[in-house]
Amino acid sequence: MQALLWMRARWIAATLTTVLLLSGCSAGSTATVGGEDALAVGFTAEPQNFDFTSTDGAAIPQALLYNVYEGLVKLDANGEIAPLLAESWTLSDDRTVYDFRLRTGVRFSNGAPFTAEDVKFSIERVQTDWTISLKSTMDVVDRVDVVSPSHARVVLREPSNSWLFAMTTRLGAMFDPSGVDDLANRPIGTGPYQVSDRRRGDSIVLSANSRYWGARPAYPTVVLKYYRDATALNNALLSNGIDVISGVTAPDSVPQFEADTRFDVLQGTTNGEVVLAFNGNRAPLDDVRVRRALTYAVDREALLAAAWGGRGNLIGSMVPPTDPWFEDHSGAYPHDPERAKQLLSEAGQQNLNLRLRVANLPYAISAAQVVASDLDRVGVNVTIEPLDFPAVWLQQVFTDHDYDLSIVQHVEPRDITTFGDPEYYWGYDSPRVRELLDRADTGTPEQQLADMREVAKTLSDDAAADWLFLFPNIIVAKKEVTGLVRNQVSESFDLTGLGRR
Amino acid sequence: MALALGRKVLVLVASVFVASLVVFAFLAVLPGDPAQVALGLNATPELLARTRAEFGLDRPLVTQYLDWMGGVLTGDFGTSYVTREAIGPQLLDRLGVTLWLVGAGMLVALLIAMPLGTIAAVRHRKPSGAAVSALSQLGVAVPAFLAGIILVQIFAVRLGWLPSGGWTPPVRDPVEWLRGLILPALSLGLVQGAVLTRYVRTAVLDVQSEDYIRTARSKGLRPYPALVRHGLRNAAVPVLTVLGLQLATLLVGAVVIERVFVLPGLGSMLLDAVAARDLLTVQGIVLVLVVAVLIVNFVVDALYTVLDPRLRRS
Repeated sequence: MQALLWMRARWIAATLTTVLLLSGCSAGSTATVGGEDALAVGFTAEPQNFDFTSTDGAAIPQALLYNVYEGLVKLDANGEIAPLLAESWTLSDDRTVYDFRLRTGVRFSNGAPFTAEDVKFSIERVQTDWTISLKSTMDVVDRVDVVSPSHARVVLREPSNSWLFAMTTRLGAMFDPSGVDDLANRPIGTGPYQVSDRRRGDSIVLSANSRYWGARPAYPTVVLKYYRDATALNNALLSNGIDVISGVTAPDSVPQFEADTRFDVLQGTTNGEVVLAFNGNRAPLDDVRVRRALTYAVDREALLAAAWGGRGNLIGSMVPPTDPWFEDHSGAYPHDPERAKQLLSEAGQQNLNLRLRVANLPYAISAAQVVASDLDRVGVNVTIEPLDFPAVWLQQVFTDHDYDLSIVQHVEPRDITTFGDPEYYWGYDSPRVRELLDRADTGTPEQQLADMREVAKTLSDDAAADWLFLFPNIIVAKKEVTGLVRNQVSESFDLTGLGRR
Repeated sequence: MALALGRKVLVLVASVFVASLVVFAFLAVLPGDPAQVALGLNATPELLARTRAEFGLDRPLVTQYLDWMGGVLTGDFGTSYVTREAIGPQLLDRLGVTLWLVGAGMLVALLIAMPLGTIAAVRHRKPSGAAVSALSQLGVAVPAFLAGIILVQIFAVRLGWLPSGGWTPPVRDPVEWLRGLILPALSLGLVQGAVLTRYVRTAVLDVQSEDYIRTARSKGLRPYPALVRHGLRNAAVPVLTVLGLQLATLLVGAVVIERVFVLPGLGSMLLDAVAARDLLTVQGIVLVLVVAVLIVNFVVDALYTVLDPRLRRS
């Protein structure tokens, strides 16, 4: 018995030693930062896995799109659609047939050649195998024909401007049929980088793809490091643990970087509209006078200063300045409490009580406090309820529509189209907006421009929501790093243009 | 002996079972749907239903629980909804990081508390002893995460001597591993050390007034040798009890420290899993933590008998 116990103890000790020595082997490790060829970039949201076909969220495409996966087209730094794996393309007169001439000599990181067969496979796979909701944008595809190995033809059911745009997002990523067995852990694309190491809870290591068709990247190794905590992210740059902060999430900390000669600070725009949503399915918010009153009542300039250090843009509708049809509607409802009170009394709504159910994220909570106090001044009593984001907010506000007012950031590109869906949690139903959105998608680019401008204007007139501000894109980088993109227009943190002084 | 051991094992098994049930029940009533979180905005009801079926969330709760428990008993913690990887190996990996952190924190605490507590007791009527007591009082009042933030500001940001966070596995690079472990271990250990100092002081004070110390002193031994030869072992018993309790606190404190220093331990894994409603992973982690605490208690019990021969007879 004694001997047995002893053996067991020794076995446990041996196991424990192994666990301890190997601990965090797949979990964590600091980057070999400062190495001649390595670049370390700090992020806040870590991808839970590598499969953006079945896991939603911004983190996976941010890391992989354009860097590991490439599409036929990409969105360049100015927000224009540019060639990538397609060298050129033509559109038929009825605007339904796209003919893509493919770049030749392209290989996937597993060695397989990239041909029109892969285009067919990848686009059709969105409809058959993807599960994230974004995939519905590809429903308009009727079929993909392989004309020759370097010529793919995509036939749409009806004209769609948003389809080609969607092809610049993760939806357009090109996959190899033999490389999709374990998308969650082993991504295989044609991009300049491939995933060479994964340290869960810590970092992702990208290394140069030796089979890449283009110029070799300036940094053969890029370590994407993840810091949930904003202070930890800032400290990592200050203590030389990383070279770039991909996006500052604590705006108060920006001045310390601006004052430091080691760093460059780039401030641009994102696609992230911070929206005060009015539940249009509920009285009294179904009354446009009430929505306008609430919009007049909120002092957005002061709100931006209080919530996000004055960094960001006032937009006044669901369009960021990088979209082609942007027009500034931020002056439509100047801060005017008297006007708000007057509108409320016209609508017969005195002593209103509203529930403001917000995501429990720093920007939303600070914004909610300003909104509540501004509305209080015009006689609207607001109760703030922070909800655990994403789980609880998604369930109760987004799915069950159980809210009067809510605040959350909408990050998807060109998500103005959500106002064309009466089932969406806005509870906004305008036949005019739906018609305009449809026409914009199927019409010529000129028509699209005109129609989309009118949609944005209509939303503002209807006070369909209150667009509090547009999230800024604040990048801090060591001076020697060049080629960072100021405005965040695509889903990707594009590493391909990086260089060094 | 065998009977006592058997009873302890039975208590252990029962505790694990109850803990697993509580964790499962709590997560079942928590608002938020793992399928919804995985699919994100705009998920259609059909897609949600399909994903829920894929995750096995459409089965009765009892079936879900029994399946999970059955797997755990055979060492299979299931596959995460979110990472699509087996949970068991990840747990082991993360546990290693947390154990290093807790172990190093404990070591720091002991290295502080043993000498300082003894000095404070022996010199309790002198200014130096009072100063140590006051210092430990201050240490108790500082939360570990604040200590961590201050240490990072000084040693990582200002001086640049040590990394501000991150983890290197010891087999990969032992020097980097040690450098990365110093600040987290200090943050965790300083506060616990301050608490422990006060217990050591009290224990040594009690021992000092015992007859056998007076006898030793009267034989001509100086205060410290008398204490070391006759008193420390006796003082160790109450200290050990506190140590056992503190280890459990350290495991929980490590959750916060892991966040501050971006360490991929159980704590950060737990926070991520809760946010993503990755229920299977949460259940697995909590179970591991419960078992760890129970094992610590078990070891402390065993150590009593090593330290105090009188306990062996009973």
